[in-house]
Amino acid sequence: MTVSTSSSAASSATTRRLTVALLGNPNTGKTTLFNALCGLNHRVGNYPGVTVESRKGQLTCDGIAVELIDLPGTYSLAPRSPDEMVAVDIILGQQAGESRPDVVVCIVDASNLDRNLYLTTQALELGVPVVVALNMIDIAEEQGIQIDRATLSQRLGVPVIAIQANRKRGLAELRSAIAEAAGSGLPTNRVTFPAAFDREVERLTDAVGAEVPPFLVRRLLLDVGGYTERRLSERQGPILGQLLAQARQRLAEAGCPVPAVEARSRYGWIREITAAAVQRPAQRPVSWSDRLDRVLTHRLWGTLIFLVVMFLVFQSIYTWARPLMKLIDEGKTLLAESVAATLPAGPFTNLLVEGVIGGVGAVVIFLPQILILFAFIAVLEDCGYMARAAFLMDRLMSRCGLSGKSFIPLLSSVACAVPGILATRVIEDRRDRFATILVAPLMSCSARLPVYILLIGAFLTAGQPWWVPGVTMFAMYSLGLVLAPLVALLLKRTLLRGETPIFILEMPAYKWPSLIGVLHRVYDSATAFLVRAGTMILASMILVWVLLNFPAGDYHTRIAELDEQAKQAEGQEKEEKEQLSHQLQLELKRQSYLGQLGQAIEPVVRPLGWDWRIGVAALASFPAREVVVSTLGVLFELGPADTEEVVEKGGETELGKAIQAARWHDDPNRPLFTVPTALSLMVFFALCCQCVSTLAVIRRETRSWVWPAFTFVYMTTLAYVAALIVYQVGTWLGS
Amino acid sequence: MTAGQRGQILALTGDPVLVGRLMEMGVLEGDEIELIGFAPLGDPLEIRLGDSRLSLRRREAAHVEVQLLS
Repeated sequence: MTVSTSSSAASSATTRRLTVALLGNPNTGKTTLFNALCGLNHRVGNYPGVTVESRKGQLTCDGIAVELIDLPGTYSLAPRSPDEMVAVDIILGQQAGESRPDVVVCIVDASNLDRNLYLTTQALELGVPVVVALNMIDIAEEQGIQIDRATLSQRLGVPVIAIQANRKRGLAELRSAIAEAAGSGLPTNRVTFPAAFDREVERLTDAVGAEVPPFLVRRLLLDVGGYTERRLSERQGPILGQLLAQARQRLAEAGCPVPAVEARSRYGWIREITAAAVQRPAQRPVSWSDRLDRVLTHRLWGTLIFLVVMFLVFQSIYTWARPLMKLIDEGKTLLAESVAATLPAGPFTNLLVEGVIGGVGAVVIFLPQILILFAFIAVLEDCGYMARAAFLMDRLMSRCGLSGKSFIPLLSSVACAVPGILATRVIEDRRDRFATILVAPLMSCSARLPVYILLIGAFLTAGQPWWVPGVTMFAMYSLGLVLAPLVALLLKRTLLRGETPIFILEMPAYKWPSLIGVLHRVYDSATAFLVRAGTMILASMILVWVLLNFPAGDYHTRIAELDEQAKQAEGQEKEEKEQLSHQLQLELKRQSYLGQLGQAIEPVVRPLGWDWRIGVAALASFPAREVVVSTLGVLFELGPADTEEVVEKGGETELGKAIQAARWHDDPNRPLFTVPTALSLMVFFALCCQCVSTLAVIRRETRSWVWPAFTFVYMTTLAYVAALIVYQVGTWLGS
Repeated sequence: MTAGQRGQILALTGDPVLVGRLMEMGVLEGDEIELIGFAPLGDPLEIRLGDSRLSLRRREAAHVEVQLLS
């Protein structure tokens, strides 16, 4: 169905829905415009085989319902990978499940018009009506740049609408322009390429067949080793490569070599237009952005400011999140207690309290860190500092085969790998991004802290020199900091081997971050985590709970009875009942599926200096490492221990004393925990991937089960081997 | 080139993918380029081209031949 005029468009509003694609360079305010047009009313579109996604929102333009697709930001439609092909496929209507856009809106940055129009000139050739949204006019005017919109529109042959996305100005005009453009004629003005080039395109069209869109035939010729060539070669066979080589040879001889011919022709055309439509001052004024950049990229001041900014980000994830996490933890406990008090005691109530409420709690507990980190990342990215951070850190990161863009995701992982992995989306290169994702969980996250504190407090504080606790803690953190880059380097040399990606980083002008934009980012990341990672985490928490509590026999009722009696009893009798209940709980875990497994694998963990109880605690911690403290509490006959208390008091807690007193079950004179055992357990926890949240997020971000499985296997192996070495060497040194 | 110097781009050489990427970002023969400076660890570097500022590693920048302007 085609709509020829806006009046008939309005009359068929009930039946017709337009699809509009939003296209633009990074840092042009594209996301701000999308948010201004659609608000929170959007969902995320995924495509098979690629790791990019697009957001889709709903709006109405002059009474017509419109679905707006926010395409990934790009400088050019010259696809080199499946990820980059998505935008082209969507606009050409070749993406399965997406209807072809009726209009493409090109958002361009008025303060950098020539470079932004490059992408627009490509959009003009896609056979879809185009509307240009001219953003950031205010910044352009500050720099003395005057744009004659009528001339620009006339020369480009498409409507040009001035907008200020961050102030929501010009949006009504943009909506009307979209409604009018739908069904109107296709753009007729376009870049003129040399005649020799057009001839080669014609020849190539004959060779590949008319069903290949003209835009892709041109890409085939222009993008040496590009994705169009790879995709069509599968169909056409090796003959295509020969044809292309000959065609490019002829073009080079004719004086218009590939790929230079494209940029020369496009920029030539653009400059003719901007010469007529844009007035700029003879001398470029020094903007405040330039002055700020001089300080922020300065050898000394830039580095200092960077360190302070990173410290603030890191410290606030650590400290601000803490009270919120405590609040969530207390809320969870309160809810669990009230459910336990209302429902009759038994396995079902236990499942609800420990499995479901505990599981939901384990998911929600990450939210404060995610919210805070993403608020920071959104602010840093919005104001343009993120590019400077990558600029400052690039040299350091390139030593381990990565780029400066990997620095912030890895640093964030010291607080929590989940937001760290989500933050890798800024890395365009797929191999760099995957290497960063795979090593992020090696960084010592805050959930490992209780284990360190408990074991250092119990075994490495009393009777040791004063510096031992601090040095041990530092060593545990350093382990991740040293190993993560090494593993990244190894991955980049083996599994993720490839050419060093081209590093071209735009340094955008500084601007004030928009509050709405930041809130949008934070909201998006929180829902992405809760909805898509949360379900899997919850499922695995419940599974481990079942494995640790079944077969149940009559343990649950007997424990409940004893607890009830203990509540009413006083003095010594109360203690005896509690002691009995704790023994029963240990008994239950010992004969549970996981307990049986733990005893079966004792020979495997014995070389690490562990007995079956430590083995079970480690196994039970695979969904979330922080449960180790409460599991150890149960296994050492104390009932579930409180993690918060352990963090505050360390070895002085009941649990600290109990594990100091623990003995081997087959040799009651031999203490279970020695310094080497404590160190081996800490090293294991430092390196092992005991976090389903992380694995769920890796699965989500890499769109594959292979990478989370790989991460799990390599980290567990690394942890086992390292713990083995630590225990064996430690025991040998001590003897 | 040292920080603050300006030059005219003479040619882009080497890998066509790199040349293509640089050119679409506006690194064109005949245009003026300014070296703004280097990162604290000596690499990458920051350049200005017309209205845009870009950061390149020395490895990439080595493919851009420049004639110094006094």
